[in-house]
Amino acid sequence: MRENNRLTRVLGLGLEIAVPIAVLVLWGLLSANSTSFYFPSLLDIFRAFGHAWLFDRVDSDVLPSLSRLFGGYVIAVVAAVVIGVALGSSRTLLRIVDPVVQFMRAIPAPVLLPVGILVLGVGSGMKVALIAFVCVFPVLLNTIDGVAGVDPALRETARSFQIPFRERLFRVVLPSASPQIFAGARVSLSLAVIMMVVSEMVASTNGIGYFVLQSQRTYAIADMWAGIFLLAILGYVLNVLFLLVERRVLRWHRGARAGAS
Amino acid sequence: VTRSSREAHATSRREGTAPAAPDTTTPNAPATGEATANAAAPAPAGSRTTGAGGGPGRRTSSWLLPLVGVALALLVFELVPRVGLVDRRFLPPASEMFAALWESFADGSLWLPIGQTLAGWALGLATAMVIALPLGILIGSVSLLFRATRTIVEFLRPVPSVALIPLAVLVFGAGLQSKWFLASFAATFPILLQTLYGVRDVDPIALETARSFGISTPQRLWRVVVPSALPYIVTGVRISSAVALILSVTAELVLGAPGLGQEINIARQSGAVDLMYGLIIVTGLIGWLLNIALSIVERRLLHWHASQRERNR
Repeated sequence: MRENNRLTRVLGLGLEIAVPIAVLVLWGLLSANSTSFYFPSLLDIFRAFGHAWLFDRVDSDVLPSLSRLFGGYVIAVVAAVVIGVALGSSRTLLRIVDPVVQFMRAIPAPVLLPVGILVLGVGSGMKVALIAFVCVFPVLLNTIDGVAGVDPALRETARSFQIPFRERLFRVVLPSASPQIFAGARVSLSLAVIMMVVSEMVASTNGIGYFVLQSQRTYAIADMWAGIFLLAILGYVLNVLFLLVERRVLRWHRGARAGAS
Repeated sequence: VTRSSREAHATSRREGTAPAAPDTTTPNAPATGEATANAAAPAPAGSRTTGAGGGPGRRTSSWLLPLVGVALALLVFELVPRVGLVDRRFLPPASEMFAALWESFADGSLWLPIGQTLAGWALGLATAMVIALPLGILIGSVSLLFRATRTIVEFLRPVPSVALIPLAVLVFGAGLQSKWFLASFAATFPILLQTLYGVRDVDPIALETARSFGISTPQRLWRVVVPSALPYIVTGVRISSAVALILSVTAELVLGAPGLGQEINIARQSGAVDLMYGLIIVTGLIGWLLNIALSIVERRLLHWHASQRERNR
């Protein structure tokens, strides 16, 4: 478990790079002469990927998907932080609202899709609203916890020095709650991707989720795989971007640094 | 006591990783962001409501205020459509939702879909545990294996599992098997990651001590590694439980596999809006109850662990 040996470290790094390549090569070789209808050869999938996503369908499917995703997500995070700061500052209010928020958080998000369709129809607005609504709760719960958990000594000190509310909020409360806010925001991000895909599968005429399910329904199996690959890459890239932002914003925070190493 | 312990609880949670003393930090993973929020969320709720022991007056308010909250929420959902702020076709009064729900409970038509949804959840979670626990312990204890699989695991983890819905329907059709596959795939990663980071976080001194006392490898695994990774594992299971439920319901919604998700769709299409909302409330209650059940299991399993001892004080 302790990698004090230099050789082990080099070997480890080599493995981290070599194994994924080996897996891809193996997949490519094993599937090269694939006659299976469901599992086409990897090269066919790559070809379909290049054909669909570089850059034929970027305008028609990728951009609408991403704009819904980010639109809903940004609205959710901002709303959740604002509401969370307000709720987190009052214990009484917190106790009153707590069961309702916990319950909303426990609802498996995709069941809200029929409500969205019923109330808002099948347009982009519905998807943005739904993503926003669903993503609010993880951030909200964590913001509440973070704000309620601000070191009381810090809070009281700031107050006794008569630091105005605005300054207290931006220099004391939000920074010390931010690690938790980020943890919630990361959960919300994966929820946002799920809701984007599901809402496009159920009610849409464009978007990546629509493309994937439509490819399956028309038995364009290589296209379907290409769509799944794109969603996988999207999930990965979003996660990496999120970590970059988090590391930058929380650079001062000891825990974040330890977690990153 | 409560206040300070709660602060400590919150601080340790915020610090995230457990660099030195595993017994003073709450179980949560360094690398899975999902862990921190998803599973930590219910915990403070518990300490908030049960921990506020002061005088008897405070104790009353600890259950009275949440009750007031629920009552207020019901009242709002009752009045808003009645007053006409929102069209009743979109949001019927709460009483009508519960009436429709009561009806389908009474004629027994609700139990089957609930069972079907729970079957997907249970099969998915169980399969994920069977796959992820041994794999996590193995990968976590062999350093080179950890490095070898790291890239693949880190790449697969953020993959939105709903992307596999079309594949599932191709291979398994629109039934229980699809649900099972999707729920297990999605639920595997949280448990796997939590287990392997938990195992890697085992205090090396404890391990060396056990080794120098000549304790055999299986015994070491069972007496040292598993207990000290258990807080992580339990957190992983709790996240996975929520994920498995989401995937189970989503498969029903998108693919039309039988279960609550499909019933919700049918209710919407047949214009039974009150029933649709009622069923959504049921799924929420199921998610909530599963969460509580797992918290109880967690408390039982980890009653010796510092985070739990602190909470119960």
